[in-house]
Amino acid sequence: MNRYTWRTLVLEIVMIAVTAAFAFPLWMLISVGFRTAPEVAQNPMGFPTSFNLDNFIGAWTQGELGSAFMTSIIITVTSVVVLVICGATGSYYFARSRGAAGMRWYAIIAAGLMVPFQIGLLPLYRIMASIGLTGNPLAIILISAGVHLPLTVILYTGFIKQIPAEYEEAARVDGATSFQIFWRVLIPLLLPVTATVVILNGIGVWNEFFTPLLYLGGTDTVTIPVRIYGFVGEYGADWGKVFAGLVMASLPVLLLFFLFQRYMIKSFGSGLKG
Amino acid sequence: MTTITQAPPTPPTERIATRTARRKGFGISPWFAFPALAFFTAIVAIPTILGVYYAFTNWDGISAAPSFIGFDNFVALFKNPETIQALGNTLLMAVVITIVQNAIGLALAAGVNSRIKSRNVLRTFLFAPVVMTPIIVGYLWQFLFIPNGPIASLAKLVGIPNLNMLGDPATAIWGVIIVVIWQHAGYSMVIFLAGMQGIPEEITEAAALDGAGAWKRFAHITWPLLRTPLVINITLSLIMSFKLFDQVMATTQGGPGYSTQTLSTLLYFEAFQFNQFSSGIALGVVVFLLTAVISFTQMRLFRDRNAT
Repeated sequence: MNRYTWRTLVLEIVMIAVTAAFAFPLWMLISVGFRTAPEVAQNPMGFPTSFNLDNFIGAWTQGELGSAFMTSIIITVTSVVVLVICGATGSYYFARSRGAAGMRWYAIIAAGLMVPFQIGLLPLYRIMASIGLTGNPLAIILISAGVHLPLTVILYTGFIKQIPAEYEEAARVDGATSFQIFWRVLIPLLLPVTATVVILNGIGVWNEFFTPLLYLGGTDTVTIPVRIYGFVGEYGADWGKVFAGLVMASLPVLLLFFLFQRYMIKSFGSGLKG
Repeated sequence: MTTITQAPPTPPTERIATRTARRKGFGISPWFAFPALAFFTAIVAIPTILGVYYAFTNWDGISAAPSFIGFDNFVALFKNPETIQALGNTLLMAVVITIVQNAIGLALAAGVNSRIKSRNVLRTFLFAPVVMTPIIVGYLWQFLFIPNGPIASLAKLVGIPNLNMLGDPATAIWGVIIVVIWQHAGYSMVIFLAGMQGIPEEITEAAALDGAGAWKRFAHITWPLLRTPLVINITLSLIMSFKLFDQVMATTQGGPGYSTQTLSTLLYFEAFQFNQFSSGIALGVVVFLLTAVISFTQMRLFRDRNAT
């Protein structure tokens, strides 16, 4: 069974060909970005003839990508921090408190995963408008924290329930308070699941388009996906410039992915199980 | 419904373990649950309950006192041919995407879960689209599909001249379907892969020694053990395709005509372009009921087959 046979070789060649076809759009993303508009119009699939950076400079300045990156980074980082804090503290109570109340609250929050965001979308918009948060990135942080909470709580509570209570019990015997136990004992044990929570929520919040479009569209502080939407609307015909913008907008996520692909794939693959 | 599979640390001593088994839980201050419950109530619970209520009123998003009109919004929705078409489009997309995406995901997982040397590199590239921003993926494919563009040139080689995938009402929906499958096939692959790697190698080796061929081994060992990842995958891709919005907005914006309008894009246009707030929400309730009914039926079907 362990031998590398000619069948394995055939499979290897087939799989490489399939993956190459699969990755072809990614190659187009890069190659079109380096070419001028007439070159692309003449031969869409051609190779870049020079290392032309004009598209990138144009897209960065005209697309105002710099400020959009700042907005996206601030929103994503803050939302993920809020999710980690709320998810870990809440799940500690849900998984460990005496009596049935904890798990009842857990079931209600977990059920939130099935509720489509569309139903609450418009009432929430009215509420946000009435407290003056439309057009404010804070609205996106609050909404992201609420929307991604069910998955976060499911991940944390499931993990805490699998940790034996002995660590906490021992600390309690030594006279530690709930908060000290949470901070000194539980938090270090939660590191692996926190990595999964950060990866899944970070990518989810960064890629979000609908909510930021609704709340921030037309203002000066927009996220990368909303900025790209506006940019393509303005320069739609100039594919070289548009693609340079798309490359720069996807670079942070793709770079992080290729650096940490093992952890990321594991997070997506093993994070959820039936 | 969901649990995690990462392994937690092991207990310090056996002696304490037996003692704690008698006590259930600790006296933890409820303040620990406060931040999570506050966010959930304010962002998810209250707006959702309000939404369900508004679906039965004539609320226009501006007036303070909407009046109760029963099922009028729902009746009006289903009298509207646009809604019927959006519903049909959504169902078609959901069915095709779920079947094809999982078939491709399963094939890719089987290919990558072999002894080929390039498996880690291939897995990384196949998964990369999953983490990309959906709206960026949409624009990337809009270019690939342009008349005389890359895909149209390939189509010409196999004898289909002047292909205008996203511009032709007959083919536009298939263009959107291809975009979505390309982005998510790697996700299905990874979930199948996690299931396949849980199958002990001794079992397949023993079966091979007993003379079972590759196909028999797949049909009798791998496939039955893949039922759990399959249920997860089908549920995920169904829920995802019912919410389909970003990729449609980036490629066709529901057009040409209404040929790629989905329930989510229609909801957006109804509510924010035409200010039909309450009928927009009624549509949201319809989407929810559909998703719930289909995922529930799907889970029941699989459970029943497991039991017999």
